[in-house]
Amino acid sequence: MNQPIHGPHAHSSARLSALMLQVMLALTPATLYSFWLYGWPAFNLWLLCLVSALLWEALFLALFHKPVGAHLKDGSAAVTAWIMALCLPPWAPWWLAVVGTFLAIAIIKQIFGGLGQNVFNPAMASRVILLIAFPLEMTTWIAPEAVAASPPEITSALSITFQGFSTLLDGYSGATLLDSVKNQTAQGAPVSAILSQLDYQPIDSIIGLRGGSLGESTSILLLLGGLYLLWRRVITWQAPLGLLLGAAIPAAALNLAAPESYPGALFHLLSGGLMLAAFFIVTDPVTAPITAWGRFTFGLGCGVLTWLIRSFGNYPEGVAFAVMLMNSTVPLIDRYIKPRIYGRTRKGDPLPTTEKGASR
Amino acid sequence: MFSPKLRGGVHPPGHKELSNASPIRLAPLAERLYLSLQQHLGAPATPIVKVGERVRKGQLVASSQGAISAPIHAPTSGVVRALAEHTAPHPSGLPVLVITLEPDGREEWDPSLTPLSDPLALPPEELCLRVGSAGIVGLGGATFPAAVKLISSLQRGVDTLILNGGECEPYLSCDDRLMREEPEHIIQGALLMQHAVQARRVVIGIEDNKPQALAAMRRAAEGQGVEIRSVPSRYPMGSEKQLVQLLTGIELPAMSRAADSGVLMHNVATARAVYQAIYLGRPLISRIVTLSGQALTHQGNWEVPLGTPASYLINYASGFNCAPARLIMGGPMMGIQLPDLNVPVIKGTSGILALTREEINSDEPGPCVRCASCVRACPMGLQPLEMAANIRNGDFEKARSLGLNDCVGCGACSYICPASLPLVHLFNYAKGELANRQREARKMEKTRVLAQRREERVTRQAREREELMAARRAAAARKAAEEEEAAGEESPS
Repeated sequence: MNQPIHGPHAHSSARLSALMLQVMLALTPATLYSFWLYGWPAFNLWLLCLVSALLWEALFLALFHKPVGAHLKDGSAAVTAWIMALCLPPWAPWWLAVVGTFLAIAIIKQIFGGLGQNVFNPAMASRVILLIAFPLEMTTWIAPEAVAASPPEITSALSITFQGFSTLLDGYSGATLLDSVKNQTAQGAPVSAILSQLDYQPIDSIIGLRGGSLGESTSILLLLGGLYLLWRRVITWQAPLGLLLGAAIPAAALNLAAPESYPGALFHLLSGGLMLAAFFIVTDPVTAPITAWGRFTFGLGCGVLTWLIRSFGNYPEGVAFAVMLMNSTVPLIDRYIKPRIYGRTRKGDPLPTTEKGASR
Repeated sequence: MFSPKLRGGVHPPGHKELSNASPIRLAPLAERLYLSLQQHLGAPATPIVKVGERVRKGQLVASSQGAISAPIHAPTSGVVRALAEHTAPHPSGLPVLVITLEPDGREEWDPSLTPLSDPLALPPEELCLRVGSAGIVGLGGATFPAAVKLISSLQRGVDTLILNGGECEPYLSCDDRLMREEPEHIIQGALLMQHAVQARRVVIGIEDNKPQALAAMRRAAEGQGVEIRSVPSRYPMGSEKQLVQLLTGIELPAMSRAADSGVLMHNVATARAVYQAIYLGRPLISRIVTLSGQALTHQGNWEVPLGTPASYLINYASGFNCAPARLIMGGPMMGIQLPDLNVPVIKGTSGILALTREEINSDEPGPCVRCASCVRACPMGLQPLEMAANIRNGDFEKARSLGLNDCVGCGACSYICPASLPLVHLFNYAKGELANRQREARKMEKTRVLAQRREERVTRQAREREELMAARRAAAARKAAEEEEAAGEESPS
């Protein structure tokens, strides 16, 4: 006689691998567009991230005596690698990708116990470590218009990726929008002058004409990918909305008070990694709270911290730091924000019985 | 008035169309009927017939015993052949005491069974007693003795009687067919129960995926003062707490009974059984069973005499078109796995399902990624993933503090989990473990009290003995002194 099996004797078709596949599908348009913007070196980087991440995952699964095949198939390492690739400068050298995925997969994820056990978002934590360890490589941005003017050949693309910083790069590099605004406001220049000098239109950020990492280039395609995930119910809306509001509200308020010192809400929402974070990073279930309100709070915290770091910190971009900081508050949020149990008060006592015969 | 919303819930595919298209058919008598003495929640019934005795259809063969129990009646006339153990319809496959009845095919009714004329003029208590003596239990599957619920509701006084026509479990369509085919009887039964508990109003909730049942019930309810309400199809809509809240807006407080909030809920099939017991004088001796699942060749609903072996029913009604991956009694969400088909139909058998591997669609459990699908699906507002994590770590107390005892076991969390975690399994395991510990603790406490009493007794006895000895010693000393004195007096120096 077999062990009796408890109900339910039916299961939905929801599977982790299917969810991961949807996420990758949602990332595809923005990624393809970035390849077009930044050329072959960007593709090399993406491929390297994916391959190295899967290798690290397989190696560490084997080290921890876990079933390698089953876990590789769930797709979580591939999604991490993909997001990792989108967080790096588009022409970053090969070793940055390999070290980055090592940090993300091996250190942040597997050492903490593998899938579902990590405290920090692997891609974000890895990006923070890389940024601190390799500040030069992590802030060498490429100007899309320079790439468009003379796209690198496949051979030169390989040398960009594998031989590191060659003289080739000099012709293409440029600062990100956030960099420029940060540096020049620090010197006292008014925001309007900086933006007009840069010939900035919000549409530039939407269609990716401003330099940045792969995932910072095309806000609109990331937004579309995010909406797709919402539609397919892969993610919930609370954390993304929280993040967008958290960044937009203080930005709008200070912009209203001092327009020449603080750029407005739209500028913040469309620049940097905010869209990527809103739909693909704060929605990572492992490192986010489990309740709807908890997720909103988490997103809000990420948004406010991002804006604070961008406006008052030393770094022009603060998404990764903000997410890491908020990741560490998740147990706290989950402890204090809980759904009310049916038939009980928030404190957990049974509800008082309603008056007999009184129908509400 | 605000419209209360059901929290959580899932939308499993209904598969109702497999079995709800054709009318309810009568199952023939099997060669042997196995009447389990435990067909209800509570104490098992006590057999009052002897082996070899002839019984008539509807005759009492086992009487209820204790406060929560239900009597059992002969589904047909025949001879009692045995009083022995037989496999119970329970996942354990453990034996239970059954009365084996060999039908004689004459279907002779017990002449003492008489319908009540004008039952609505009788005192409510009388109706409750009749329902109890007809052996009626909750036919939705919970099998709680109906009369016990009626009497306690009458004593407490309830405002609203709710009939549950939700039938939110996939595959099952026995209530659906019954509502289409006998809506008048259900309404009559509802009015009888309304009188029995003196409720002010009657509301019948039916899921909107049963439009024909809704229409039939609406027609039958016209002018009867019974309200028919369509409720959204969402599992677990048919759960008492959820349906009460949706229909009345009342959220039943934790650890209380529905009657405490002025509500009583019964299944539609129970209402029909009450109708049959009161107006026809017919005790509960058969029930409607859904046969479904892709492993069967013919799905449908059958009115089956209680005690009919499941194997007989399936052989007669359908047969298999492939080997079933799992046999289930009840619905797929909360039903129980049957060890084999060698079990009898009991009062709670709402369905017998033979499911294929594809229908079960289960997978090896993976790691939890905290996706919180279970938190969104839980109709009770619990956090299944946190409870499961604590149970896996052996911290049952923590799981309880997270609301383990509020879990209704509906299985929505397990159903939706993308990691296929056996959440309900873990919860049931922990609930059992906690109950064991409580029992252990009570036993320990009892032992401690007994030991303490013994110690007190021993010390008291020792003290008493000591006192007695002291008294004796004192008496002896006094005596000796007196004697000495006397001797002294006698012998002057």
